Formats: sequence, C-alpha cells, structure tokens
Amino acid sequence: MNEIPPSGARPLSQAAHTGAVRKALRKYSLQIGIVFVAIFIWLLFLMGSPRTFLARDIYISFMSTTPFFAIMALPLTFIIIIGEIDISFPSTMAFGMMAFDIVFVGTGSVYLGFFACLLAGALVGYLNGIIVVKIGIPSLVATIGTQFLWRGVVMVVTNGSGLGMTKVQDSFVYPLLVGRIGGIVPAQFVWTIGIGIVLWIVLNRTKFGAHVYLTGDNIESARLMGVNVHRTKILSFTIVGIAAALAGFVVSEEVLFFWPTLGDGYMLNTLASVFLGGTSAYGGTGTIFGTFVACFIIGAINAGIVAAGMTGFWTSVIYGLIIVLSVSLQAMLNRRIK
Amino acid sequence: MDKFLQLKNVSKTFGEVSALHDVNFEVGTNEIVGLLGDNGAGKSTLVKIITGYHQPDRGGEFYIKGNRVEHLTVPKARELGIEIVYQERALADKQTLWRNIFLGRETHNKWGFLDVKGMRDETLKLMQSSMGFTSSAITPESIIKTFSGGERQGVAITRALYFEADLIILDEPTMGLSLSETQKCLDFVNQIKREGKSCIFIDHNIFHVYPVCDRIVVIDRGTVAGQYMKNELTLQQLIDKLQQVAQTGSLASEAVLDGQQTEVRHE
Repeated sequence: MNEIPPSGARPLSQAAHTGAVRKALRKYSLQIGIVFVAIFIWLLFLMGSPRTFLARDIYISFMSTTPFFAIMALPLTFIIIIGEIDISFPSTMAFGMMAFDIVFVGTGSVYLGFFACLLAGALVGYLNGIIVVKIGIPSLVATIGTQFLWRGVVMVVTNGSGLGMTKVQDSFVYPLLVGRIGGIVPAQFVWTIGIGIVLWIVLNRTKFGAHVYLTGDNIESARLMGVNVHRTKILSFTIVGIAAALAGFVVSEEVLFFWPTLGDGYMLNTLASVFLGGTSAYGGTGTIFGTFVACFIIGAINAGIVAAGMTGFWTSVIYGLIIVLSVSLQAMLNRRIK
Repeated sequence: MDKFLQLKNVSKTFGEVSALHDVNFEVGTNEIVGLLGDNGAGKSTLVKIITGYHQPDRGGEFYIKGNRVEHLTVPKARELGIEIVYQERALADKQTLWRNIFLGRETHNKWGFLDVKGMRDETLKLMQSSMGFTSSAITPESIIKTFSGGERQGVAITRALYFEADLIILDEPTMGLSLSETQKCLDFVNQIKREGKSCIFIDHNIFHVYPVCDRIVVIDRGTVAGQYMKNELTLQQLIDKLQQVAQTGSLASEAVLDGQQTEVRHE
C-alpha cells in the first residue's frame, strides 16, 4: 500500500523554485503578454498576406516608419505613468521644425537649426509642465489648448508654406539620423532602440524614474515623503517636448520636406502604442519595453491593413479600438487585483 | 529635561481658515507626548508643520535641539532626525515593498544610478528583523496593494525607524488595526522610549495613548487647550477633562490656563 505523503512534503527547494518562476511570470505578465500579442498579430498577417510578410521590404519599411511615433511614444510612457496626458505633441513636432526653418534659413547651419528645433521642443514641453503643475490645469485641457496654440503659431509664422529639406542631405545630420546602415537598416530604427534603452535606464535606475512611478501611483504619499512632484512632472513634459521635436525632424528629413501640418495623424498611433503596451491609464504602472513592442505592433497593423487590401480608413477604426480595448482590459485587471 | 523640539506662537491659516492659532508646543528628549484632540482640531496640521510639509505663517518660532529653523522642508526635517508615520500611511500601493521603504530617499551608487540590489537586500533584512513578516509569500518585490492593514502599518513604522530618527511621530497609528496589531504598535512606542528617542503619539483612543505616554497635550479648535504630565492625573480625570473640552471648547475653569501652556512642569 502506498503511503500518502503529508501535504507540504515537497522538497523546499523545488517549492521555492516554482514559486520564484510563478512570481517572475506574474511580475512580467504584461510584458510577456504583449510579446505574445505581437507574435499572434504577426502570424495573422503572415497567413493573411504571406507574399508581403515573407519579404524583406515590409520589415525595412517598419524600421523606417515606426520610429516616427515610437520616438514620442517611449517618453510619453512617463507622462501616462505619472497620471497625466499630453496630446500637444503632434503640434510640437511642427513647432520644432518651425524653429529649424527660421534658424536654418537665417544662418544656413543645419546644426544650429537642429539645436533650435530640440530647444523649441523642450520649451513647449516645459511650458506644458508649468501650466499643468503651477497653474493647476488638468493636463488634458491644458494640452488641448497648447496643441491648437502651437499649431496656430506655426501656421502664422510659416504662412502655411513648407520648406524643402534637400539641402540638409549635405550635412552629417542626415545620414546620422535617417541614413541606411549598410544600405539596409534605417538609422532611425537604431536611434529608437537607443532611446528605448536610455529611457528604460532613466525610468528604472534613477531617482527621477522612481519618482515618476511614485508620483503617478499616489501623489499625496509621494509629496508627504518629500518627493518633488512638481519638478518630476515638469521634467517629464519637457522630455516629451524634446522627443516630439526630434521626431518631427526625423520625419521631415526622411521625406525631405517640412509641411506646416507635420504631426497630423500621429496622435492616435502614438497614444495607442502607450496604452497597448500596458501602461495604466490610472497611472503608477507601465513599462518602456511594453511601449516599444506595442509601437511595432501598431506599425505592423497599419501595414497589415493596407497589405490585406483594406482601405487606409480602417486604421483609425482599429487604433481607436485598440486604445479602448487595452484601457478596458487594464481596468478589469485592476478590479480583479483589488 | 532637554527640549528636542520647541514651537513658539506658531499659527497656520489655509486661505481664510485658521487651522492653528498661536500654538506653543514642545517635545523633550526621550519624551513620549500624547497628542489628543477631536477631528479637525489641528493635530495633523501641527505635525505636518513639524515634518516640513506645511510652512507655518510668519511670526512663529521653531527650534530643533535649541537651534532656530526656518523654511523647513521634508528632506531637511529628516536630516534633523524627524520621521513620521502618517495616518494615511503614505504608501504607494502599486509599487513594490522596497520602493516604498525607500520612498523619497532612494539610495544610489557613485554614478547616480539607483542601488536597486542594495535597497532590496536591506528591505529583506528589515522584513525579518523589524516588520515581523515571516510568510514566504511576501518578498521585497511584493506589491503593497496586497498587504493587510497591519502589514502596511508595519511597513510605515519600519520605514520611520530604519532611518535613525530622534523624533518619531505616529499619526493615528492604530486606526484600522486589529487588537494584536494595535498591541504591537503600542509596544513599538515603548521601544522608542527605551531607545532614548522622542515620540509624538496622536490617537483618538485615549486608552491607547495614556499608558504609553509621559505627557498629554490636548488640542482643540487650533489651540492648545491644556497639557498634563501623566503622573498628575488619572485616566478618569483625563477623560473628564476631554469631555469638558469637547463640550465647552476650553479648560478655562481648570488650573491650566491658556497663557500658561508653555510652563509645563517636568520633574
């Protein structure tokens, strides 16, 4: 007759081991989830239009166009974690390029123009932060305002006309930002990875990053324990401003033209990437890795829709759906944990 | 007895609301002060001034260890050895245990990056030594949201104790705790006394405050209504006085008058 082992007789080391694995699975569940979503969608497209998705071109195209919004979605993750939102970034893209336009036409220096572009972005982001933090306007309302304001300024200053960027090709900035490494890999893709790594370190390994999480989680606790929540928010908005200006520059260089309407059409895919990546709309949680993978899912969906022979109008439907679904899913998960 | 902390004529107004009015308050070295008063009496405002969270109105004076302090901030108060366990615990629910222990004073290495491993290890040590977390289900990576009320209190208290404070303020620490958890909390106050540190103990429950404190300060409507050394009066006398304050708003008929608040007899 077999003896039934008393419960808990399992070797301790084994129990601890499976416990650790389970804990790691739970801790990284969102990141693991998003990778599976990416693989699932990729397989879906592969079956739907194998000719497109088995060829190399589509992937080079992803690497070229996804960075346009990924460069903004990555730092925007900070803003969402902190419990705020910024929807002025499409206008910031154009505002930065307007600064480039003025300085480049005035001095003929691409470098000075590029610097002015980033500076203008930083200024716009900083002002968003000031309006939200010091004046106390909800960020949604504040950035709706600044979105129209900066777009209006760009239109007035440029008088609605664009700027050809072909001359920029002579400068080193051009191959540096949008060249093709080895004639194949778009430089902006490498930059996006670099930005992702830097922002991951900032978010996870610096005091500022820790304060982003704490401020978004419970602003009162953070304040009581001496976290400078104002500075943390203003800095986050400033980083998004710089990133939006950089993204505007990269887009304009890639297409070799600066349109004053630059940024239109980037709102949805950027926000969708952050929320799909598992960043909580309630603040306090979110990961750079999640946003990074989600950006490429969003990019693939765009290409997939076109490759599947549907009209481009569908992309808006699907992006909107992704935002609503991922935010709802988070809300349901949130309730279950409580 | 040395004075660790002394406030002279400190007031605080929020807009047109006067939360504190000409308060004189002190805490001796190695003294446990029980701070009693109704909701809205100004207890929390007073301790938030002491921790540097609120700036008092102009005109008052603030001394720590005999030195005058101006423009106290939360980090500065900590440097001066003041720690607090807030009523609302001041925890970040969705973050890990170690992030909460080091909330607002994360340690970093020489390159300025967070010393994540160091903070985790330290948290693990504290869990075993001070928090009394023996369950293997709780690790430094556990999310605070899953903790019980007593566990959360343990985290908040350990956090205050770990950083070597001279004055520990407990703002309604027994709120929402079970009987055994409350006892643990009171033991903690006795431990503060034994270690030669000072404490301000705020609680609604007089039965919790009376046994552990040396002196009792009663605050009502933004002023100090009275203060007593514990050995001057019995628990019943104290309860009578508190009822009188609640009904009349003053202890004017008693021996301790408003103007004499500062003259507390220490033996």
